[in-house]
Amino acid sequence: MPRWMRWTVFVLAVAVVFAAISLLRLRRRERELQQNARRTEEQAQRELTQPVIVTPSDVKTKAKLFWAAEDEPWALAPVVIELPLSKDPALRAKQVLNTLLAGPVDVELRTLPADAALIEFYLLPDGTGIADFSEALSSSMPSGIQSEELAVESIERTLQANVPQVRRLKILIHGQEVETLAGHLDLTGYFPVYFLGTPAPVSAPTAPAATPSGGPAAAQPSPSGAAPGPTQAPPAPAPNPQTPGPAKNPAPTPPAGQSPH
Amino acid sequence: MPAPVTGAQAIVSAPQLQPPVRAPLGVVVLDPAHGGTDPGARGVGGVRESDLVLDFAAQIRTELEKDGLRVLLTRQGNEDPTFDDRSALVNAQRGAIFISLHVGSTGLPGTVRVYTLPDAPFLSSSAGAGPGAASGLIPWDRAQAPYLTLSRKLADIAQGQLALQFKGSPNSAQTAAVRQLRSVAAPAIAIEISSVTTEDRSILDRMAPGLAACIERAVAAFRPVYDASPAAAAGGMR
Repeated sequence: MPRWMRWTVFVLAVAVVFAAISLLRLRRRERELQQNARRTEEQAQRELTQPVIVTPSDVKTKAKLFWAAEDEPWALAPVVIELPLSKDPALRAKQVLNTLLAGPVDVELRTLPADAALIEFYLLPDGTGIADFSEALSSSMPSGIQSEELAVESIERTLQANVPQVRRLKILIHGQEVETLAGHLDLTGYFPVYFLGTPAPVSAPTAPAATPSGGPAAAQPSPSGAAPGPTQAPPAPAPNPQTPGPAKNPAPTPPAGQSPH
Repeated sequence: MPAPVTGAQAIVSAPQLQPPVRAPLGVVVLDPAHGGTDPGARGVGGVRESDLVLDFAAQIRTELEKDGLRVLLTRQGNEDPTFDDRSALVNAQRGAIFISLHVGSTGLPGTVRVYTLPDAPFLSSSAGAGPGAASGLIPWDRAQAPYLTLSRKLADIAQGQLALQFKGSPNSAQTAAVRQLRSVAAPAIAIEISSVTTEDRSILDRMAPGLAACIERAVAAFRPVYDASPAAAAGGMR
């Protein structure tokens, strides 16, 4: 092979290697730009749908939020963030849940859909927290036992870590009770929430017999009588032994006795 | 994770009114989840959970029938029976177990997880009186409660087999408030395969024979456990 041809082959080989490296760099840059664009879009959406709740009494607190673990995305890991949090437990629950919805820095670790929003959070005297989310929590949720379980658990554990007054949790979708989150996880009942591994006795009865599933425990006045329960909850349906299968629950009315924040 | 506390509305059946005869394990009800207008999880490549689980169920059925078991499917084609229709099928059988099949949207591809219901207050025997408590009847919404111990044994055996076959799968079964399991009056588990995110369906299809073999081995190993369990642990005399 003549010398000039060897040189040509060498130059071409160097050019090919250089082009390959450049291509890889370009692809990586493209991915980064796409991710940044997605973050910006999500940020804008959050600003529209989830206004930051700030009250004069807020105190900067180290809140613990639960998103997917970086090395094990099918498990949860706590992330400590300094947040101005209210002393009012219902407001505080809204603040931490809005931060949970806003998502972690790495969007891949989010447990709840980016377009989901918390419409309202009610806290009843018996410790029942009622979290009312927008339709997107259900419709944008990746369907599956694992993904739905992780979503609900992230809500539960975030409340557990930051709002000790919440003893059990009811999740509504746009004010309605739904059978499942996205086809798998049961949302017809209440999720027990105990404060940081110190199981606290729930003052309200949790057995189904005492809490008909006709609506959230909102329908049950607090047994302590410390505060009146809501007065406009729909009546629970009477069990019908002739009809095998759970009776459909009427849509729970937001508790009238509670002032939403 | 704790499970939701639900109400009890209806009664499954009246096992106490039946003669005290307990059938050995002879029936497996396979539940290909979703169907009809509900495709379940969908992948970017057009993979649908409802189609996949139907194919998996057919292969699992073949394996189980080789062991002389009677296998029933909660759906044969692209229908979408309700949760309660599916439960009603297994609740009408004697000596039966229930296996619900799913393909998720998340998780390490090529892994499989087995779930049972958690031990929530509403599922424990001391949870208080439902409408049927005085008569000993089982409320439909808590039908799974007396079977939880057996369900967990079945789940652990199945997860052990699956962990050997599909690397990266957990070694022990998980708990989750899976709606379908709540109203099943028999040992019941849900199996979720990861995941529909694959663009190539053949990757999931290739898992089917291994999955079927694992479930066959798990059911074979569970049979003596079921047959030897006291009637109470198996939910009475069914």
